[in-house]
Amino acid sequence: MKTVLRLLPWAAIVVAGIYFLLPLISTAEFSLSIRRDGYSLDAYRSVFSDPEFFATFGYSAVIAVCTIVFGVVLVVPMTYFVRLRFPWLRPIVEFIVMLPLVVPPIVLVFGYLKLFSSSSVLPLTSTEMGSNALLVCGYMTLSLPYFYRAVDSGLQAIDARTLTDAATILGASPITVIRLVILPNILFSVLSGAFLTFAVVISEFVMASLLTRPAFGTYIQKVGVAQAYEPAALAILSFAITWGAMGMIQLLARFAPQKHER
Amino acid sequence: MLRVPRPDWPALIGTVPFFVFAAVMIIMPTVALLANAFVDRQGSITLTNFADLATSEIANAFVTSAQISATTALLGSFLGLGLALIVGRGIGNRKARTIIMTFCGVASNFSGVPLAFAFIATFGRLGLVTVVLKQVFGINLYAAGFDLASFSGLTLTYLFFQVPIALTIMMPAIDRLPRECREAAEMLGASAWQYWRYVGLPVLWPTVLGTLALLFANVFGAIATAYALTGYAVNIVPILLYAQIRGDVLHNEQLGAALALCMVLVVALAITAYLVLRARAERWMQ
Repeated sequence: MKTVLRLLPWAAIVVAGIYFLLPLISTAEFSLSIRRDGYSLDAYRSVFSDPEFFATFGYSAVIAVCTIVFGVVLVVPMTYFVRLRFPWLRPIVEFIVMLPLVVPPIVLVFGYLKLFSSSSVLPLTSTEMGSNALLVCGYMTLSLPYFYRAVDSGLQAIDARTLTDAATILGASPITVIRLVILPNILFSVLSGAFLTFAVVISEFVMASLLTRPAFGTYIQKVGVAQAYEPAALAILSFAITWGAMGMIQLLARFAPQKHER
Repeated sequence: MLRVPRPDWPALIGTVPFFVFAAVMIIMPTVALLANAFVDRQGSITLTNFADLATSEIANAFVTSAQISATTALLGSFLGLGLALIVGRGIGNRKARTIIMTFCGVASNFSGVPLAFAFIATFGRLGLVTVVLKQVFGINLYAAGFDLASFSGLTLTYLFFQVPIALTIMMPAIDRLPRECREAAEMLGASAWQYWRYVGLPVLWPTVLGTLALLFANVFGAIATAYALTGYAVNIVPILLYAQIRGDVLHNEQLGAALALCMVLVVALAITAYLVLRARAERWMQ
């Protein structure tokens, strides 16, 4: 009885391990078995020889980078000033950054299509650039909850006020303080938020699809409808991307300044 | 003479854009839908759109969505709790633990269309598991009533990210269970079972319920995985809304807005429950 009880946790771990590893093994196996006579990398070759693969992946990568850059510009100064100058705004900010969790992406983009339609004051959806900008804004909104969390905990770990006072006494302007003192100090937190954003944005489907953007997510979906083995190869690739992004976050967490006890 | 304080320009320039962004990109779209949901085609104020939600197709979509969300949330949070207890208490090996937690990070973010493909390659009609079960063990999954493009298949797929999310949320809570409680219980002669029954689980309970609410919200609004896996075969709210936005399948734009609002309402209730329960759970953890 005692041994059975002791083995039970291990059995649970094994069952869970099988459930989580099987899809990965099966997908890898499936992506290699495009030929009848044995395993081959032909599915990957087929994916990599498709110009649309590179075009859509490049497009989504650019959109992801824009999302991250504009996200940093929007969130870092706000979080910094709210912490230092307007602490009374904090509850409001915390409420706002929760909203993207409450309003699902599909509802958000539905609202965009109504608000920025060709007949509205700001007809963003009727031009290419406008739609791209809208997609970036949509992704910034999606990433807001965890991006804010990352920046805020980064600021909490450093003594932002003392650093600011020291830099200001030495004659630095507020912009210089943020750029040369605050940002480098919370760089690891910002970067881990950035990698998470990248992982989420690169294969996002709903917003890109409804704004009819040539994004990687809609490309993957299209391939899935038309082909059999290439989707498995794409799934393995996007799992690798997610794994890479999460690995970077793990790595960055080791270098990030630890929270001080004060 | 009244001295007007000089405005803090840098702080304002740093903060105001964020609030403008939030107003234009989060608040206004939601308000636009809100305004749309309460008018009829002629533009006069009405509540008929909400009454029309009671049609069988829409009502069924809400029921199916709630069932899938509830099933995966229940299974996800209890399996997550079990695994978190095993990993947190049973596994002393730090390296194994780091690997498991990193994998959880990956799996909880591996969703959407690629996840659907992975499950098609595993449990689809030509998937590895389906084929091996049939050829080696003589078990025909699909003849036995299983279908990946159905309720059961969708539930099985959603658990791939629901369980890791639950594990990630519960792990810190289990780590922070006050050690003194366990020692005190042991001093008073409690068995391990009694400790968990009367001390451990009651302390963890708000975290478990909070996770349940978060997982429910997480699935209720999600669409990409379900769409790639089932197309329009499973009638859930986000897919119905997607079809409505793309092709006006309800033949009534305002009804679509009402549908979207009801979806937000359900998710908002779940997220509120999560926040309240998280605040409760944090009372125990210093």
